[in-house]
Amino acid sequence: MNGVLMSDETEKGLKSPLRRQLLMGMAAIPALAMMPRPSFGAGPATSAVNTTGLAVTDSEVTVGILHSVTGTMAISETGSVQAEKLAIEQINASGGVLGRKIKFIQEDGASDWPTFAEKAKKLLVNDKCAAVMGCWTSASRKAVLPVFEQYNGMLYYPTFYEGLEQSKNVIYTGQEATQQIIAGLDWVNKTKGAKTFYLLGSDYIWPRTSNKIARKHIEGHLQGAKVVGEEYFPLGHTQFNSVINKIKLTKPDVIYAIIVGGSNVAFYKQLKAAGIDMSKQTLLTISVTEDEIDGIGGENIAGAYACMKYFQSLDNANNKAFVSAFKKMWGEKTVIGDVTQAAYLGPWLWKLTVEKAGSFDIDKIAAASPGIEFKGAPEGYVRIHENHHLWSKTRVGRAKADGQYELIYETADLVEPDPFPKGYQ
Amino acid sequence: MFGDYSIGDLGAIFAMQGFAGLILFSVYVLMALGLAIIFGQMGVINMAHGEFMILGAYVTWMTSNAFQHFLPALFPGYFFVAMIFAFIASGSLGMLVEWAMIRRLYKRPLDTLLATWGLSLILQQAYRSVFGAREVGVELPDWMMGSWQATDAIQIPINGMFVMCLTILITLVVAYVLFLSRWGKQVRAVVQNRVMAGAVGINTEKVDRYTFGLGCGIAGVAGSAFTMIGSTGPTAGQLYIVDTFLVVVFGGAASLVGTIASAFTISQAQSTMEFFMSGSMAKVLTLLAIVAILMMRPQGLFALKVRK
Repeated sequence: MNGVLMSDETEKGLKSPLRRQLLMGMAAIPALAMMPRPSFGAGPATSAVNTTGLAVTDSEVTVGILHSVTGTMAISETGSVQAEKLAIEQINASGGVLGRKIKFIQEDGASDWPTFAEKAKKLLVNDKCAAVMGCWTSASRKAVLPVFEQYNGMLYYPTFYEGLEQSKNVIYTGQEATQQIIAGLDWVNKTKGAKTFYLLGSDYIWPRTSNKIARKHIEGHLQGAKVVGEEYFPLGHTQFNSVINKIKLTKPDVIYAIIVGGSNVAFYKQLKAAGIDMSKQTLLTISVTEDEIDGIGGENIAGAYACMKYFQSLDNANNKAFVSAFKKMWGEKTVIGDVTQAAYLGPWLWKLTVEKAGSFDIDKIAAASPGIEFKGAPEGYVRIHENHHLWSKTRVGRAKADGQYELIYETADLVEPDPFPKGYQ
Repeated sequence: MFGDYSIGDLGAIFAMQGFAGLILFSVYVLMALGLAIIFGQMGVINMAHGEFMILGAYVTWMTSNAFQHFLPALFPGYFFVAMIFAFIASGSLGMLVEWAMIRRLYKRPLDTLLATWGLSLILQQAYRSVFGAREVGVELPDWMMGSWQATDAIQIPINGMFVMCLTILITLVVAYVLFLSRWGKQVRAVVQNRVMAGAVGINTEKVDRYTFGLGCGIAGVAGSAFTMIGSTGPTAGQLYIVDTFLVVVFGGAASLVGTIASAFTISQAQSTMEFFMSGSMAKVLTLLAIVAILMMRPQGLFALKVRK
């Protein structure tokens, strides 16, 4: 906060008698911070588009970025921060939002859920951010949700997640569980003739909810298919030899894996070392994006299938422009995973919504969101649903040794988001 | 659960499961050896043990990159060089830490817990700043990947066998150094009676520094070996720390034999139960059993009998 407010006030201070005090010592600074913020020209434009006191001036609008850049989650959230900054830079280059330049305030959730809630409150109450792009884990989203609802903020949440949630104050730019699971299972059943499934996961809410949906779908909707095993491992588990032996014994048609974090790396390395050949054994995952392959090593996972909505290798003009802009900004070696792309959508969807609503007011944005279309999305056309999730395609890719996915299948139409799927709970 | 399978299938699975248990055993011993030396011989609770391991892993990663760039012909053998570098890097950092921090805390053993925990946070953030927040993938030479086909149905992971051999080698070296060499006698003398050892002319400060360095160096080698089976990231060390302490405490803090016996018990219990039930349940039962046994034998499986 200081970096931002201070620059306004220092500027004012230099022209005012306060200058002396400032020069006399740092002691003046806390006093300055307590003074009311200088009111910027209350032009008609600003008063018309901002009736609730958000940080919007005639030339600028402030948004927040709230991710972990320290702690265990930094590994995953770094990509999201990069994508959001890229989107903001591009929007500014193309004229900003309602003629205003976007300025961002970045806060660090530090992989700690109470910290997320505290920083969210700071962004909404002190900084009056017009929108916040942020959070990654469900735990962090659950921690900030009451804050966003109480202080009426707007959160753009990028991660694919378990569903079972919907809020006026959140736009979910990732897939909810059914969008990521059902089409993939149908595909593997149809093209590979898969009948037996072995479900694996890390032991927390997302893998468990997702596997529950997968099991219901396999047992209820796929002819003659069954689940031959279902297992969970504590987060951070690093020894998978026993379960790999069990898989060898049951010989499932498909290993369905939702393992996350450091466990992911251990699992695929040990699978490969145990002699499981992915060209003969089908493995379908919904938790390994290009980001994770970086740590796993392409040669250890080559041949596995992943069900996502976005792959870096997608062949369309939007995506090519996005990938080259991303690499130009963050380096040739960076990879772009599913969530990174979803994070990139956040600022753009917000811009389009503000322009449709003709206002920065949160209530108007929440009401205007359904039906917003973004034709420039790297994943292709997306649209916001009544339930604040996105209509998007489901895709299956096969991992290659160079760490990229090769697109194998995509749904013909956009898949409807259904965060409270009937018959799957 | 076995009704549908042939005898041959079951035999193969049990053989592979036996190896899985042995591999887990080697991993535990390798993890715990460095900590057992430091905790057992010096009474220092080193919470940064995992970070010393990860330093070894990062050194391995850098060595592999260097070999790919400058000596691609020698790449198949880089792992041995990397392990030596890992030992040197973690060992030197360990000696530096001992000199700067630990030696001031010998009279306050519980404070070492807090100080080394702080150190672990500092190291994690340092790795994040230097190597980036994302995990790095360590590339292995081809001969270390895949599995050895013992029979049609039995496959043994090569990296698992590699870890096993390495563990045996390091355990033998440590046993020799601690129990048969002159330096080992000095270490044990300092452990039993620091003042008296000093009085007979042993440089206790030097012994402390090298002991700490040796423990950290072995952690580095372990970290280097674990790039084959696990992840390399700033916080990956945290994945090992709980299991490591479990093995050392369960075995009896001051006993090397205890560490090995406890690693064997825990790994066999864990891998057998994991086969018959879900991974999470197996972990819960293992932990419960350890708690129960420690309540009956607070000093661990093998306690060194010393006059207090």
